[in-house]
Amino acid sequence: MTLKVSVYRYNPEKDAVPSMQDFDIEVPEGKDLMVLDVLALIKEQDDSFVYRRSCREGVCGSDGMNISGTNGLACITPISEAVRKGKLVLRPLPGLPVIRDLVVDMSLFYKQYEKIRPFLINDAPPPAIERLQSPEERAKLDGLYECILCACCSTSCPSFWWNPDKFVGPAGLLQAYRFLADSRDTATEERLSALDDPFSVFRCRGIMNCVNVCPKGLNPTRAIGHIRNMLLASGT
Amino acid sequence: MVTNITNLSRSGLYDWMVQRVTAIVLAAYTIFMVVWLLCNGSVDFAAWQGLFQQTWMRIFTLMALISLGAHAWVGMWTISGDYLNERALGKKALVFRFLFQALCGVVMFSYVVWGIQILWGH
Ligand code: SF4
Ligand code: SF4
Ligand code: FES
Repeated sequence: MTLKVSVYRYNPEKDAVPSMQDFDIEVPEGKDLMVLDVLALIKEQDDSFVYRRSCREGVCGSDGMNISGTNGLACITPISEAVRKGKLVLRPLPGLPVIRDLVVDMSLFYKQYEKIRPFLINDAPPPAIERLQSPEERAKLDGLYECILCACCSTSCPSFWWNPDKFVGPAGLLQAYRFLADSRDTATEERLSALDDPFSVFRCRGIMNCVNVCPKGLNPTRAIGHIRNMLLASGT
Repeated sequence: MVTNITNLSRSGLYDWMVQRVTAIVLAAYTIFMVVWLLCNGSVDFAAWQGLFQQTWMRIFTLMALISLGAHAWVGMWTISGDYLNERALGKKALVFRFLFQALCGVVMFSYVVWGIQILWGH
């Protein structure tokens, strides 16, 4: 079976402007390939084509891209779900500067992640073995710690497109809540006061694009709601 | 922390709260007006003036007017930060954004003052 694939191409050293390039790819009958397999087949045809990947099983977060209009991980998106009107259209994650072809510059995304201080803060001397949590306390981190920082969510969020330098974005905010919710973390107040400005959290307009695309099935909008409630509780 | 001097309060939480509370006031006012108009069939000048003679109605209306101003300010300020920022317009953005915000401020302030004039005028 021949699959029509249209791919975003841009090499700033050679091209003045980005363009879409069409490929005809032979895919085996009766087997549902992943989009990542198709990328490998394209690279066989054209060695200059560039994309990121590593684990090829949805745990490293490197191959986030825009697949026929929806952000997702190429390695766990089957082509049967991604082909629209007989065609597979692949673009880089929206809103971030393109380095080359499907590879984007994630600096702004990481800067926002860094801003929320994604590490446990606790100045009490650590106990000999480990800081203990009850099963209930540990359960609060479910749905938060699983994030693989693929950036599918933040780059589908209009608020992040307009203000990626000021709005933390869904991925960063999910992690912000992951540490706010951690019973072992003692910096709750500082964390909250660092978020209580008009941009960091409150640029979220509840559009829920982030929830729609998260390949790990996480819900940043809910986490953002929790942060807002914590801010409300400490502010009223 | 991202700071800003032109939003309503400096605090995102406060702005957010203002927008929620003013939305409730505006919704209540709208519902009241619709119900009042439905219950009063054909409204003539006397009925209309009678309604707005009441002190509570003037307070309610003034509250709705101020809510409208505050609600619109937070909303327009947000819009100007989305579409009139440096990413969208480059270096000129500051001038455009400031002029846009100033215009919004003047318009909303005028509406409130004008509304007061109508409410307490003759
Ligand atoms: S819910 Fe908030 S964070 Fe998620 S896509 Fe919408 S605006 Fe962005
Ligand atoms: S929340 Fe989901 S979509 Fe967003 S970075 Fe984490 S894994 Fe990716
Ligand atoms: S290659 Fe690792 S998530 Fe797809």
